[in-house]
Amino acid sequence: MHTSNQEQELLRGLAENDRNAIETIYRQNFGLIQGFVVKNNGYPDDARDIFQEAMIVLYEKSRLESFQLTCQIKTYLYSVCRRLWLKRLQQLQRFNPQIEMKEEIVAVEEELEMHEKKNADFLLMEDAMSKIGEPCKSLLEAYYIQKKTMPEIAEHFGYTNADNAKTQKYKCLIRLKKIFFAQYKNGG
Amino acid sequence: MDDILLLDAIERYRSGNMTPQEKKFFEELRKNNPDIDQMAVEHSFFLQELENLGDIHAYKHNLDEVENKLANEGVIAKKQLKGKARVIYMWNRYRRTIAVAASIAGIVSIATAGLVSLYSDKKKDTHLTELSYQLQKTQRDVDRLKVLATIKPDDHPPKPKFPAAFRATGFLIDGAGYIATNAHVINNAKNLIIENKNGDQFITVPVYVNKLTDLAILKVTDTSFKKVAVLPYSIPKSFAELGEQIFTLGYPREEVVYGEGYLSAKSGYSGDTTSYQISISVNPGNSGGPVLNRNGEVIGIISSKETNADGVVFAIKSKNIYQALEDIKKDENIKLPTRGTVKGLDRVNQVQKIEDCVFMVKGN
Repeated sequence: MHTSNQEQELLRGLAENDRNAIETIYRQNFGLIQGFVVKNNGYPDDARDIFQEAMIVLYEKSRLESFQLTCQIKTYLYSVCRRLWLKRLQQLQRFNPQIEMKEEIVAVEEELEMHEKKNADFLLMEDAMSKIGEPCKSLLEAYYIQKKTMPEIAEHFGYTNADNAKTQKYKCLIRLKKIFFAQYKNGG
Repeated sequence: MDDILLLDAIERYRSGNMTPQEKKFFEELRKNNPDIDQMAVEHSFFLQELENLGDIHAYKHNLDEVENKLANEGVIAKKQLKGKARVIYMWNRYRRTIAVAASIAGIVSIATAGLVSLYSDKKKDTHLTELSYQLQKTQRDVDRLKVLATIKPDDHPPKPKFPAAFRATGFLIDGAGYIATNAHVINNAKNLIIENKNGDQFITVPVYVNKLTDLAILKVTDTSFKKVAVLPYSIPKSFAELGEQIFTLGYPREEVVYGEGYLSAKSGYSGDTTSYQISISVNPGNSGGPVLNRNGEVIGIISSKETNADGVVFAIKSKNIYQALEDIKKDENIKLPTRGTVKGLDRVNQVQKIEDCVFMVKGN
């Protein structure tokens, strides 16, 4: 089944973190997910959490080079949310064997496994970042995330010149790497 | 130092900033040297993870903002608990814990009852200081207020300096111009204004005052007030946990002041369950300030402190705001923020976003 042009457009927007695309997808799909979660032993707040996580799964997927969505966004989000919610219910021991299944679903198990791995890496990096302290954290964020140039950074952080700032940046980076990989290799 | 040179080479290779010669040389080096090749692979992976962190943060931020917007429009349900079903569910789940807790509570209340009777003879009810800052009452100047009242909100020229008799803190609970503060702050005040950190003043009127919970809500009536589309913090209905790290912003002086502490008890002065006891350093003028947790959720409002113990401060639980809204929903349509936008940011960035929504409350 081919997805429509409009859906392709939305997914391209999503990959670029475009707010309008996010909003459209929310408007078109959130009601269905909320209905599903509430009907199956959950609360609206649970629906919001589950939907956000599914949106992150979709975002990660939309950014892959090999990306291809072979079903409607709606079906995909529903399948992911359904899987996530079942898992959450099991964790909470609120398992409801008669889980509703009115909508069409697609297999998402493999992708969710990949998402979990990615999410674990993300949390590790977040944790490592919170441990390196300032000014390292801001320095690395400015260069690698906000993509500021070395001269800009030198001025903002008060280094005498760009080369100086660069050396400092690499020292911070080496520290961050140490913390990250220590846990990465331990935790597997 | 060699490491740094190598890392730099890897990064330049990755971003395509090498001259063709350099590139060729680097590729040769990788081919002939497995260690360097390994390092290049590892470093590329690492940088990808680092960039991913920034992307996901930015994306989550957008998700939160969209969700907030739709919640305000009523497209998606606001955060709330469902009455009875939730209670029964919680009861079943926590029955054992509740039983244990109840038996401990019995012991403690007997013990504290003994203590209270010991102490209450010495001092009667003077243990609490309310934290609004009383300015000299002689400053009251009714004539100048009349001038203030006759100024049309549309002509913008600098407003006459407001002669304030007291000063406290308040914060936006609805970007349209609703401010939460303490009831004791506005006690009998004839005129009330709020002032932001830039010194801009806006006239307000109280729309809710409850002396029992010490909660008041003010409405900005000034047309020069710019509405805030999305508040950076949320106001949860749920209760905060013991030991949670908290912070506050307030105006003990004419400048906004930041303070940090923790939640030390789930009930307030002599067991008052509508408030928390927190340990934080505050001064007169902090009254009415928001108490936030690390996710940038407003869990309470600073209200009073115990005079003969340092750092013992009481804060009204945020749930009281919801009850207040229930009482006035016929007259005022207030929408509380249910999803903040500062979760996951570091404290400096959180405070930068939040301080625009915290105001001085002045009156006379």
